[in-house]
Amino acid sequence: MGYPHPPHALETPVLSTHFGEAAARTFDGWVKRGGYEGLKKALGMTPEQIFEEVKASGLRGRGGAGFGTGLKWSFMPKEDGKPHYLVCNADESEPGTFKDREIMRWTPHALLEGCAIGCLGIRAETCYIFIRGEYTEPLRILQAALAEAYANGALGANAFGSGRRVDIIIHRGAGAYICGEETALMNALEGRRGNPRIKPPFPAQAGLFAMPTTINNVETLAAVPHIIARGAAWYAGLCKSSPKSTGTKLFSVCGHVMKPGVYEVTMGTPMRDLIFGIAGGMKPGRTLKAVIPGGSSVPILTAGEIEDLPLDYEGIQARGSLLGSGGVIVMDDTTDMVYQIWRLARFYAHESCAQCTQCREGTSWTTRILERILKGEGRPDDLDLLLDLADNMTGKTICVLSDSCATPIVSGIKKFRSEFDAYLNKTRAPVLAGAGA
Amino acid sequence: MSRPTDAPYEPVFTGSTREKLEALQAQYPTRQALLLPALWMVQEARGWVSDEGLAEVAAVLDLTPAYVRGVATFYTMYHLHPMGRNVIQVCTTSPCGMCGAEQVRDAFLRHTGCVELGRTSADGRFTVLESECLGACGMATPVLINDDFLESVSPETVPGILTRYA
Repeated sequence: MGYPHPPHALETPVLSTHFGEAAARTFDGWVKRGGYEGLKKALGMTPEQIFEEVKASGLRGRGGAGFGTGLKWSFMPKEDGKPHYLVCNADESEPGTFKDREIMRWTPHALLEGCAIGCLGIRAETCYIFIRGEYTEPLRILQAALAEAYANGALGANAFGSGRRVDIIIHRGAGAYICGEETALMNALEGRRGNPRIKPPFPAQAGLFAMPTTINNVETLAAVPHIIARGAAWYAGLCKSSPKSTGTKLFSVCGHVMKPGVYEVTMGTPMRDLIFGIAGGMKPGRTLKAVIPGGSSVPILTAGEIEDLPLDYEGIQARGSLLGSGGVIVMDDTTDMVYQIWRLARFYAHESCAQCTQCREGTSWTTRILERILKGEGRPDDLDLLLDLADNMTGKTICVLSDSCATPIVSGIKKFRSEFDAYLNKTRAPVLAGAGA
Repeated sequence: MSRPTDAPYEPVFTGSTREKLEALQAQYPTRQALLLPALWMVQEARGWVSDEGLAEVAAVLDLTPAYVRGVATFYTMYHLHPMGRNVIQVCTTSPCGMCGAEQVRDAFLRHTGCVELGRTSADGRFTVLESECLGACGMATPVLINDDFLESVSPETVPGILTRYA
């Protein structure tokens, strides 16, 4: 469901408070809503004070990895005489994930403010926002907000009259999922193919243009102004379950629910509240079959596994999956799991950068095997072959795209094996046209 | 809006476009970082990026044409072949596919007269492509037509949408 819509009683709007208000997109409108107070405060703080405050808040990376934001910032070198860069990862492309899009569409100044504070926290004067090429509307809105922020002196050589320089540059991607991987993104920004880089060196040592660099997700940076303005203790207090998962999180809910959309809840809120309360549950007569809780790259959970599941990093990990990006893909009892897993494998095969053998060959080989199963041409040992391939695709490549392709295959076969068997033993009719058809 | 042209190649980086490119240089420490922006500028001007376009970008940025081609082919949004006047990209990745995106794709193919994905309609008006995850999974089916991002497209709304694109 698109904005505007009133928040559900089970939501805790922080980042989404002004989603749906067109006036919040303007500089004046944002200032009237308390905007840029965090940046003004941060301009009077040292980098250490800023990253210690963010550390104390418990904020963790919202792009998928969940690494401590303040800790990441603290890795940046001190007084090394080199330019430092902040990169905002706005290359939102993980299937099931569409939360950053709403931040950029409705509260572009929240992101710009977060980027500016991030620069101050890592001793950078320049932030690049790398936005995926398909996000044409967020791009226009962000560009307009950026021009206004400069015109009003919030950014530039003398941000809010502080004497400190903060520049933000928007860089448009051109279509490649892999550029959401931080080192691939840096290569794209440098005018190269988006191939991930071998680590080390880590970005904090040698990142963008070989300089110390920090990369943060849109949602992570958009949360920072709230933390600086209202204090780490307030943010850390937003917690319903694990104390290691604090604050609010935007969850983008899609698939077979009555009201798909982006919703904001306090960390630790039960998954059932999100799916059945806020997102309206299943369509009449349908029942829940499976949920991919954190974007397509994380293990699939069955309906039974989401019972009593708190939406936080530790809770979902304990249940064998990951919170990831918060992209919640909901599947009801009409879903053909084999078909959906094939379609996901096809996605990864299309998006492989092709530099690692296991990924280049594995993503397309698994896709072909799943395809022949769906054509009714599967071979008796195909599931063993898929699992063997998946094993070879996991933990053996430069980045985790290959692992991400293997993940739904492994969890799918483990949890929905009978559906694969039905195609293999021909009790289920093929859904893809066979070679002879 | 992307508009291909049948006219002979005219250099893109002259006059104000060249000035725009050079103004961007102040934002990056290397010349090479202008590669993605420069390719976008060629595509905006001509609707696609031809061999001459790649060569001009290479010359302007002091890179080789082979290098520029290697980068341009990595990214799906650069069109290295002439396209229809309107390029339609339909998301069919799993979350949208579960909600009927394949039927939306088929409706676009049928109503545009495009015989297959990637092949321009005989009247030159449309090219239909599949896109991998447009990042609007809750608004299935999202469709990008030129620079217009449409949400919640269904097979029934396709004919009406097409009337807006000449």
